[in-house]
Amino acid sequence: MNMLNIKINGQDVSVPAGTTILEAAKSINVHIPTLCYLKGINEVGACRMCLVEIKGGKSLVASCVYPCSDGMEVFTNTPTVRDTRKAILELILSNHNRECTTCDRSGVCELQQVSEDLGVREIRYMPNKEEVYTIDALSPSVVRDPSKCILCGRCVSVCKDVQGLGALGATNRGFEKSVEPPFNMALNDVNCINCGQCIINCPVGALKEKDDTDRVWEALADPTKHVLVHSAPSVRAGLGEAFGLPIGSLVSGKLAASLRRLGFDRVFDTNFAADLCIMEEGTELIGRVTSGGKLPMITSCSPGWIKYCEMYYPDLLDHLSSCKSPQGMMGAVLKSHYAQSQGLDPKDVFVVSIMPCTAKKFEVLRPELSQNGLPDNDVSITSRELARMIKEAGIDFLSLPDEEFDEYYGDYTGAGTIFGATGGVMEAAARTAVEVITGKEAENIDYEAVRGVEGVKAADIKAGDLTLKVMVAHGGANIRKVMDDLRAGKLDDVHFIELMACPGGCVNGGGQPIVSAQDKMDKDIRVERAKALYHEDKDVLRLRKSHENPSIKKLYDEFLEKPNSHKAHELLHTTYTARPKINNK
Amino acid sequence: MVDLISIENLEPLKEIIAQHKEEPGCIMPILQETQGAYGYLPIELQKVIADELNVPLSEVYGIVTFYSQFTLVQKGKYKIGVCMGTACYVRGAQNVVDRVERELGVVVGQTTEDKKFTIEATRCLGACGLAPVMMINEDVYGALTPDKIPDILAKY
Repeated sequence: MNMLNIKINGQDVSVPAGTTILEAAKSINVHIPTLCYLKGINEVGACRMCLVEIKGGKSLVASCVYPCSDGMEVFTNTPTVRDTRKAILELILSNHNRECTTCDRSGVCELQQVSEDLGVREIRYMPNKEEVYTIDALSPSVVRDPSKCILCGRCVSVCKDVQGLGALGATNRGFEKSVEPPFNMALNDVNCINCGQCIINCPVGALKEKDDTDRVWEALADPTKHVLVHSAPSVRAGLGEAFGLPIGSLVSGKLAASLRRLGFDRVFDTNFAADLCIMEEGTELIGRVTSGGKLPMITSCSPGWIKYCEMYYPDLLDHLSSCKSPQGMMGAVLKSHYAQSQGLDPKDVFVVSIMPCTAKKFEVLRPELSQNGLPDNDVSITSRELARMIKEAGIDFLSLPDEEFDEYYGDYTGAGTIFGATGGVMEAAARTAVEVITGKEAENIDYEAVRGVEGVKAADIKAGDLTLKVMVAHGGANIRKVMDDLRAGKLDDVHFIELMACPGGCVNGGGQPIVSAQDKMDKDIRVERAKALYHEDKDVLRLRKSHENPSIKKLYDEFLEKPNSHKAHELLHTTYTARPKINNK
Repeated sequence: MVDLISIENLEPLKEIIAQHKEEPGCIMPILQETQGAYGYLPIELQKVIADELNVPLSEVYGIVTFYSQFTLVQKGKYKIGVCMGTACYVRGAQNVVDRVERELGVVVGQTTEDKKFTIEATRCLGACGLAPVMMINEDVYGALTPDKIPDILAKY
């Protein structure tokens, strides 16, 4: 590899050709502030926070986009650099709604952090306009507050390039420039899939989740309500970060304990429903393969992907598995079987789901996900909202003991827990499908070929004489590649496809704790959080296949009869509807 | 002046798109020709452009709002451009534009309800010797005083 020798603040550093000054500085722990920079996604040099001086250079350069060259001498801490950065930051701050104490992002705000790092204590500039901003809170998932937007463009790049959507864009120019949906429509009325990737990549509080914690507190305080909670796989791989634990800490035990301390009547686990989902979806797949049903069948767990399909591929809806997502299945089972077994009126049962996802808030509102007019789930809150509730309740998360989820609907296998990582649903399905098809115990149940963060993965899964051709994709732009190929007839020989709207799968969902762009420079959070789930699967849990979950077997024996039975269809399966990308009527 | 196409009729738009679709950077000529044909670029037309080119609507809208040559609202049959360049301004263009606004009951940037006139304040029209000047479509009127405005408007 062609190496370049440069000096940063007098310190020698050797970097491969193509390295930017920012990356070179990071490699020797020289900190350069950034705002618009988002590794691999938004490298545009727009915010000018990362300006540095180069010996012999005419002006300061943006280090996030400026490549190193041999013999270059860089200075990151000269009076000119400090003064310039500070002046630019003050200009940004002069137009920023600085209500830090009541801001959602206080403490995890990159603008706040940069202001602190640069020692800004006064702002010499007046705002260029006294504009009245409208907060867009019409979406059930994402709230947009333009008064906090610093026009960095990170959400625009993520939405357009990573998710393949472009629900948000840059409009107008100069002082009028703004980041908003086309025609300044509500996010709810444009091609937004509610994934929340814009939120977790926003450096400030301009984009946040719709906060539904009030409804949960209200239910918990209502003596007439029997309040149940279930928590998705990825929450246990992310929640710890909100309490200062390293990225990728597994906190299943503290998660269960904190939910119990908050006062939920029963603490269940969506992983149980993930196992249930494998039984239903696996059976559906085997049915489609053996009886000439629509193939390839595509997973239906990710609500962002489902809305994507309904908007962009309405002609291919019949490829979707009819299975409800684990969240949907869990709510349906709790309001039917659990309520019956406890002698409760389903009307008095209040189901809360904890999700790494903002699109789940949209999913709970789907009218088809209900029974007798009662929604399967009453409220869905994100990992971040749960962290806020735990803090508000005065629970010291880190000192909590590790507890178990409540039995039966809190029992799960390793197959359920890996649902949170891209490829996890495929692997879980393979573990069950292969054994069901061959009738024998499989020797190897680690399907490495479908793991990892490569955008589109393909594998052959052998089940006796049958070879199942499968594909896995995550992130909207990768999904579109797969779906365009499917529409073009190029995937006719594929049996099963797993699609997840968020890059990396649910572990990197839009409802997960915020990780700054600087921290994402040297850590791939998709990989780190997935490791936590694969660790729980392999090293913590005794059972690793959904069909071996004794509580799942029990549920079929005493209630559902068998996978895909009439009862199962009634409760655990759903339908999809084509919907317009832009709703301007 | 050619009559504008109604936005109900999307066939001419599809022809414009088909003509340029394969060219790199085709979106600018498509927007220019579409505005030429329809008079403005409302959401109905931008949606078709976005779908046909397989780009997000936000990208089309971003371009339309970036360039001042594009308009989202329908303009009148006659565009009145009152020159606000330096020479016209010092010779009383403000009084002229005030009178035009009063006669038509709309202000600069707006269009009369009958879609007949749109008032615009323009930069220098290059006829400073005739200041103050205004143009109504291709007709130029010079040495204006506010009192001349009603008779000029009556011609249209």
